[in-house]
Amino acid sequence: MRLFKFKGGVKPDTHKDASVQEPIACLPLLPLYVVPLHQSVGDVPRPLVQVGQKVLKGERIGDADGNFSSAVHAPTSGVVKAVEPRLLPHPSGLPALCVVIEADGEDRWTERAGLDWRNASADDIQDFLRDAGVVGLGGAVFPSHIKLDPNRSGHTGTLILNGAECEPWMTCDDALMREKAEIILRGGAILRRVLGAGRMLIGIEDNKPQAVAAMRAAAAKLDADDEGNTEILAVPTLYPTGSAKQLIRVLTGVEVPYGRRSQDFGMQCFNVATALSVYHALERGEPLISRIVTVTGNVERPRNYEALIGTPIEALLSLAGVKAGTDRFIMGGPMMGFTLPAISAPVVKATNCVIAANPALFPPPPPELPCIRCGACAESCPQELQPMELYWFARARNPDKAREYHLFDCTECGCCAYVCPSSIPLIDYARFAKSEIWAREREKAASDAARERFEFRTLREERDKTEKAARLAAKIAAAHQEAATSAAAPAPDDPKQALIAAALARAQAQKQAAQPKNIDQLSPATEARIRDIETQRGKARELANAPDTPPEEKN
Amino acid sequence: MNNSPYVRLPVSVRAIMLKVLTALVPGILTYVWFFGAAVLVQIALAAVTALAGEALMLGLRGKPIGVFLTDGSALVTACLIGLTFPPLAPWWLTVSMTLFAIVIVKHLYGGLGQNPFNPAMAAFAVAILAFPALMSQWPAVDVPDAPDATGFAAQMRVVFQSQPPQDGLTMATPLDTLRTQLHTAQTHATVDNVAGTHAAFGQIGGKGWEWIALAYLLGGLWLLREGVISWHMPTAFLAALALAAGAASLASPDNYAGPLFHLASGGAMLGAFFILTDPVSSPVTPRGKLIFAAGAGLLVWIIRTFGAYPDAVAFATLLMNLCVPLIDMHSQPPVFGRKNGNDKR
Repeated sequence: MRLFKFKGGVKPDTHKDASVQEPIACLPLLPLYVVPLHQSVGDVPRPLVQVGQKVLKGERIGDADGNFSSAVHAPTSGVVKAVEPRLLPHPSGLPALCVVIEADGEDRWTERAGLDWRNASADDIQDFLRDAGVVGLGGAVFPSHIKLDPNRSGHTGTLILNGAECEPWMTCDDALMREKAEIILRGGAILRRVLGAGRMLIGIEDNKPQAVAAMRAAAAKLDADDEGNTEILAVPTLYPTGSAKQLIRVLTGVEVPYGRRSQDFGMQCFNVATALSVYHALERGEPLISRIVTVTGNVERPRNYEALIGTPIEALLSLAGVKAGTDRFIMGGPMMGFTLPAISAPVVKATNCVIAANPALFPPPPPELPCIRCGACAESCPQELQPMELYWFARARNPDKAREYHLFDCTECGCCAYVCPSSIPLIDYARFAKSEIWAREREKAASDAARERFEFRTLREERDKTEKAARLAAKIAAAHQEAATSAAAPAPDDPKQALIAAALARAQAQKQAAQPKNIDQLSPATEARIRDIETQRGKARELANAPDTPPEEKN
Repeated sequence: MNNSPYVRLPVSVRAIMLKVLTALVPGILTYVWFFGAAVLVQIALAAVTALAGEALMLGLRGKPIGVFLTDGSALVTACLIGLTFPPLAPWWLTVSMTLFAIVIVKHLYGGLGQNPFNPAMAAFAVAILAFPALMSQWPAVDVPDAPDATGFAAQMRVVFQSQPPQDGLTMATPLDTLRTQLHTAQTHATVDNVAGTHAAFGQIGGKGWEWIALAYLLGGLWLLREGVISWHMPTAFLAALALAAGAASLASPDNYAGPLFHLASGGAMLGAFFILTDPVSSPVTPRGKLIFAAGAGLLVWIIRTFGAYPDAVAFATLLMNLCVPLIDMHSQPPVFGRKNGNDKR
């Protein structure tokens, strides 16, 4: 089959050999697991368990909050010790809600029931995968069930399994393909059937010949099931071929632009490990409670481990044996990963690789020099951007201009910074410009909400005043009438008071004529405005739930 | 804590500049072979001045001197000044113009990466406007019955004692000779008889100059292979110059020199590979590079043919430098997935 090329890309040293010398290892059962609730893109799952509650392995402990979310499960049987904020493996170093499970050592499964997916509706399959916590294991942790939406326009003709694994050092997919090729293919076959895709293409970088061979052998074995529509393709090793958009380009020649889904172009792409967990979920009823993690770098025994979600990363590292001189730990690959805030943080669904770093393996960058506009960054950019322009605009605090130059097409793959002769951290500048835009948008939304609240309060105060005046006028009018009926024309006791009452009544009558009496008699325009404001308030409330918004309305 | 990527290609501004300097070596050696060692003295003068000026400005601007002084960019500017100024120009001219290039054209505009104009070419243009006579002290070659113009002692006397050179020590460049002869209407000169009768002319360009041009071409091709420059600018520049010259000489061979003469003369090759390609003052986009260099090529031919100065690479470069922001803005390439209206939502 003809392969295509994308522009740009870089070829950093891969360092992949060390960690695939030994097969995937399992960890012994640990006493404590910390399972963060928020492990996927989308909304934070709601905790389903309480402190002291007994849970079984695979029991759901966090329920997807709405459809754009994904469930989380207990990695082993035990007792919930705490539901509290704990440190996450995230560059922010901020804690978030986690379920802490003390293992009882039995590792007893909850009742496992798969799904008769061949006869199930697409909706049922989606719900099942959502509740099984299946998310993209390439690192992006996008909820997989959303990618199986049959309602999205466009017929999906091609399913792509991503086994490219272009990040240096990382070998978790390589190891998985070598050892579990058949299950990956079976998972792929399920995805293909659910999507109604005619063919399945599996792209693997050609620096993994053993993985390619294992997958081909498994495919030959499964050929009868699969109607021969599966192709396993060795693609040239070029970072970032493992990025979904670049892999789709290489395999099909189609470029999926920013803001569009590949499904709009008749394609859908899953990581090979995700295909495996789809199979585990649907066929065996096993939710996603473990993943393969590469532990490598400055360690005695670089290797891949099958780690339960929630395993403290330090447990993995102590098995691998961290060597002296390690000054930090990187999660993910060296191109797109980040420095772990602490190794007490747990393995999450996004933890594909942990690298023990030392200054020899990852030397600190030389001092940043000014940009000389050599254009190397633009030549290396797989999204065909002009990173140096984004850098200039970011420096000039002109993020709008950066956006005009397609700032948000930047995937932060790191190629530009990798090639820059001036050692400019171009990715950091791009992130900075993006955060400026996001901060401003949040600010604008917050000030819009504040303005709406103010306008609504003014309106309500006016309404209250009118209502009060109307009530008073009605009272006086009633008193007046009473006086008029009770004493038919005799001179009032106090003519002065009567005069005042009459004048007040007249004034009220005038006011009533001039102003709407209360909200029952509002003009349609005002009513529409109130409705408008009510919807805005709804939005404002949603915003108030998001971080960085002003506190809720006080009155 | 630094952020990803944690690995970097071992490249640096210094390495790029060193490659540019290395690529100039064949040209410099050929230059010395034909015209004597004065050019080395000029390069040395410019280099020392450039480094001193750079250090001074970095100090005044509070920049780390060690980091920036060793980036090699000042040396490249100095080399280009040494190679484009006449080797017999008085020392103070080279020194003052190098200072002008480094202090005013480079640092007053913000230093490395910020200068809109090519510093060496700005210095050349100012020098030729202010001191046209001194800027025409080109060494003579093979003039019968003349003192040896390539003799080092004689050259140094001109450079350092600033005495007017003896007769026969200097001569106009072939480009200048041709222009002057053709423009002097009463001589009824044609390209062929000027080139045929003058001692300064060689096989295709000027005597000696054509070989220097060839050496620059070699160095330039090596830079291309090393990936320091891209093919766009040299190709577009040389093609535009050759096309303009070719068309004119086809139409009127007596009045217009042919494309080979233009390519092999003056600063064409140096300009194509070493001057226009200064990344700071040229466009970044591939299409922008083509437009920029083609414009420069055309301007070189026009100025050489109709202008008042012996060579045109400096003026053409500066004029095109002016257009760079505009060219870059309007030559932005389409990004991934947004070609052929693919991005309609």
